[in-house]
Amino acid sequence: MSAAPVIAEGGFVRDRSGDASCVADNGFCPNWIVDNLDRYWDPLLEHVVLVVVSVGLGFAIAVALGLVAHRQRWLVTPLTGVTSAIYTIPSPAMFLLLLPVSGRGDLTAIIALTAYTQVIIFRNVVNGLQGVPADVVDAAAGTGMTANQRLFRIEVPLALPEILAGLRIAAATTVGLAALAFLAGAGGLGNQLSTASLITFKSNVVVAGVLVTLLAAVLDLLVLLLQRRLTPWERAVAA
Amino acid sequence: MPDPSDRSTAEPLEFCEATKRYPGSAEPAVDGLSLEVPAGEICVLVGPSGCGKTTAMRMVNRMIDITAGDIRLGGRSVRDRKPEELRRHIGYVIQQIGLFPHRTVADNVATVPKLLGWDKKRIAARVDELLELVGLDPRVMRKRYPAQLSGGQRQRVGVARALAIDPPVMLMDEPFGAIDPINRERLQNEFLRLQAELRKTIVFVTHDIDEAIKMGDRIAVMQVGGRLEQYARPAELLMAPATEFVEDFVGADRALKRLALQRVRDIDLWTVGTCRVGEPTSEVRKRVAEADLEFPLLIDDRQRPIGWLSERALLGERVRDELRSRADPVVELDDILRDALSDLLAKETMYGPVVDARGRIVGVLSIQVISHAVGGQPGNVPSPTELAETGTNEDG
Repeated sequence: MSAAPVIAEGGFVRDRSGDASCVADNGFCPNWIVDNLDRYWDPLLEHVVLVVVSVGLGFAIAVALGLVAHRQRWLVTPLTGVTSAIYTIPSPAMFLLLLPVSGRGDLTAIIALTAYTQVIIFRNVVNGLQGVPADVVDAAAGTGMTANQRLFRIEVPLALPEILAGLRIAAATTVGLAALAFLAGAGGLGNQLSTASLITFKSNVVVAGVLVTLLAAVLDLLVLLLQRRLTPWERAVAA
Repeated sequence: MPDPSDRSTAEPLEFCEATKRYPGSAEPAVDGLSLEVPAGEICVLVGPSGCGKTTAMRMVNRMIDITAGDIRLGGRSVRDRKPEELRRHIGYVIQQIGLFPHRTVADNVATVPKLLGWDKKRIAARVDELLELVGLDPRVMRKRYPAQLSGGQRQRVGVARALAIDPPVMLMDEPFGAIDPINRERLQNEFLRLQAELRKTIVFVTHDIDEAIKMGDRIAVMQVGGRLEQYARPAELLMAPATEFVEDFVGADRALKRLALQRVRDIDLWTVGTCRVGEPTSEVRKRVAEADLEFPLLIDDRQRPIGWLSERALLGERVRDELRSRADPVVELDDILRDALSDLLAKETMYGPVVDARGRIVGVLSIQVISHAVGGQPGNVPSPTELAETGTNEDG
């Protein structure tokens, strides 16, 4: 990702083909958009990679922490405290705070995005597991399931709707936050909005903005499809 | 129906001074409980909330561990068995049923067989057999999720799940508690009929004394603090409450409750002089003089009661067809006393002819006979499963 060219102002904004006056006025120029759409391909890919890697890592950490906290209930309060504290740090501050630690680049962006993702999903994992009806857990124990069988065959599947709801929120949030990853020197669509001249050029802002929104919508849809696939009983209605 | 030969036989269950103390609590939850449940019988633990009945039940499959004393299953201490292994061999039904909402009916029923590693074919066959056993159509029900079932259907699936590997012992905690009264009655009767066939050793917890009397071969009345007040057969409990607490708990109408425990065939009926139209009146008068009841009963050629004769019918040489009243109600030998009494009261009459299964007259049931039976000693009172077997119960 770091190898992706940071598009200099000279090579990008001033390379204006098509409707010259529209572009000179920083207006909304459909012709320019059609001609320059391929310029957004690499930033979009970088954005996708940032989001998928961060959400994936954050999800794995959150589920692991959530399962541990579910077994050792006393851990719920301290873990929730720590993760909530992370969440209160404003994202630009987070990116900048990490710079001296992990340097400029994707690593810093991913650390910050993973931290946010993990907070959102952790809460849903803990709430989801706690929300499993007590009689169901009791019956599972009563049939002779071991603690692990209970967890993985009964509790985790029943917590899935809540866990996946957390994943959806985390994915949408991270797509937005990743637009600020340029502050940490990482790529992504945010780079297209990182300077004054880029941000005053309406056509550019619209394309970058629409792509960010589309990405969020597509990811949301994918998780939703996954959820429908994994939780068929949720759609079973009384006959 | 499973082949009886590959059915595990019920095992006796024994509480020996079983005690549960929770740290930091002065009173034990269960205090030195000792009682024996013979193999194949239903033992009902009954008492007010906080009496430790559920705790006592949960100690059997080690959902709660005893702190002192012992519980033996088929002579073997539950303490010597791994909780998971023990629980897989004890059926477990709770009030909310606790079906797994993300699993189909078939998967729910297959829970324990899967844990024990049965092969798929055997599981599928067993699931169908169990669903039929509890009165559900496997083809319709197999693929449904619990959310698609009625309360009664869920309850049946819960029972099927508990019976999956044909365990020798079942624990049932208020299993009909969440069902509306009409369906509860039906499910209770169905379960008793099932038990008449399966003969499991069952520990059944309820707070409802009427349910206890109906379901129990034996009843353990428990008092707050986990103390056993009395352990007896239902009739004995109603006849001779051991303590004031039991007397209060079974209620002021305990004599009436006994009526539900006996059938007409269990008590001494009155004899009656019967006659047919055209018989010599002198013979009939002789018969009536020897009988307990002073009124002659007209019967037909197949000995079925027709009605009570009027005085005028006996005035001539031969019996004439003049009725004082029709024979109504006619009581059957298999009727439960409570129902029979209810019939008499409903028709505002003191007595009714009793017939056998073919409708032939065998005697007369009167209010006096019933009151004598209620006041008598608990004799050969049938078990609840015997009462359920002939299906003369409410829903029959």
